[in-house]
Amino acid sequence: MRTRFQQGLDGLREKLLRMGGLAEQAVERACQAYIDRDLNGCHQVLENETLINAAERDIDETAFDLMAMQQPMAVDLRFLLAVVKINADLERVGDQAVNIAERVMDMVELPAVELPVDIPRMATAVSAMVRRSLESFVEGKAELAQAVLEMDNVVDRMRDDAFIVLVKKMNTNPEATRQALDALLIARNLERVADHATNIAEDVIFWVRGDDVRHNAAQEAPVQPTAGTTGS
Amino acid sequence: MGVSIQVKNLNAWFGKKQALFDITMTAAANHCTALIGPSGCGKSTFVRCINRMHETIPDAKATGSVKIGEVDAYNGTSAPQLRRRVGMVFQKPNPFPTMSVYDNVAAGLKLNGFRSNAKQMDEIVERSLKNAALWDEVKDDLKKKSGASLSGGQQQRLCIARALAVEPEVVLMDEPCSALDPISTGKIEDLIFQLKQNYTILIVTHNMQQAARVAEYTGFFLLGKLIEFEKTTKIFTTPSDKRTEDYITGRFG
Repeated sequence: MRTRFQQGLDGLREKLLRMGGLAEQAVERACQAYIDRDLNGCHQVLENETLINAAERDIDETAFDLMAMQQPMAVDLRFLLAVVKINADLERVGDQAVNIAERVMDMVELPAVELPVDIPRMATAVSAMVRRSLESFVEGKAELAQAVLEMDNVVDRMRDDAFIVLVKKMNTNPEATRQALDALLIARNLERVADHATNIAEDVIFWVRGDDVRHNAAQEAPVQPTAGTTGS
Repeated sequence: MGVSIQVKNLNAWFGKKQALFDITMTAAANHCTALIGPSGCGKSTFVRCINRMHETIPDAKATGSVKIGEVDAYNGTSAPQLRRRVGMVFQKPNPFPTMSVYDNVAAGLKLNGFRSNAKQMDEIVERSLKNAALWDEVKDDLKKKSGASLSGGQQQRLCIARALAVEPEVVLMDEPCSALDPISTGKIEDLIFQLKQNYTILIVTHNMQQAARVAEYTGFFLLGKLIEFEKTTKIFTTPSDKRTEDYITGRFG
């Protein structure tokens, strides 16, 4: 057993989870700030972004050191590759949270209007995806990650629905255009967070099973029948 | 040109102790195949069965089939005939210490009963040293410099030249770089890459990065059994067998 290497991998796993917690918290805070029209909450999201960025650099450096010094193979190599990619996705989740907070700050300066979109419901679905993708990483369970992939379509539909109703609102109620546009961008940011959660889930599946499931790879490149096999 | 090595149901014993269990695999012609596994797993025994060195040990025996191309190694072929087709390079460079570089290479031919005039011999020695990527380093002092005066890496390439002189179809390498520094190791690995064009290479190595660098196919041995034989990229990224994964990730062995 390579004890020091295993300790290094365990340490990296903990760092990534801490970063996952920061990114998840940033999205939740930004969405709560939307609900409460809370400028303080927005500022907290902006300030915490530096922590997420620092964590990203630290995780990359640790993973790079482990690759260079320990020359990992097989499941360990896949793990490190997954960590580096998940790290980048979590940092982007943090960026999306900042984008949401900035839209909320804009909205707070405008008169409150009734918007026909349920951002909190969408935020709940997106947060669940991020949390489950991180759980699948903690547990090392591909089935949990698979469930995240299936949730992405639901969020995509929510974003599409939001687009339709908010554009309609802009047409029928032009004085609410800025607020509707902010809400539309928030819906888009949330949908992007869901995409990052999907990426994380795909990376967990790659780590655990060695399968590349990105971009519906199985459907895009069907296995060619080999000589001697017969169709049924 | 290299030929394939086809092994079927190979079993080997040292006295009553069985060292290999029913090994079946094919090393593709003009490719490098690496054998990995913990010490005592049978990979060197396996290689020594291919050129029939195993049977030179008292009480040792082997059963099963080994074919070098179309030649059956154990039926209708003598061990010396077989070894003209199958060259071998060992862990520790073993040049003849009192012989010059030239004579070391020529010795491979002479020991195999090759008769030739001086011009032919010169050509073969030069070609073998060039194929072993050693010519440029020794050509000025070929007949004066002793094999033992070369560096470890040069000595190993001299041994490779000696093995190549008889124009084998297969070259077996049993941990050829384990006694060498990284630069010499790099030269041998580059050489293996070139040699694949003309020979089939089977290399035993404890260095898994080396297996990953030089071999297209890799076999994992454990307790005398061939646990997994696959494309090298598959073995080192997504091995099928848990025991392979545990070994290559350092969880045991």
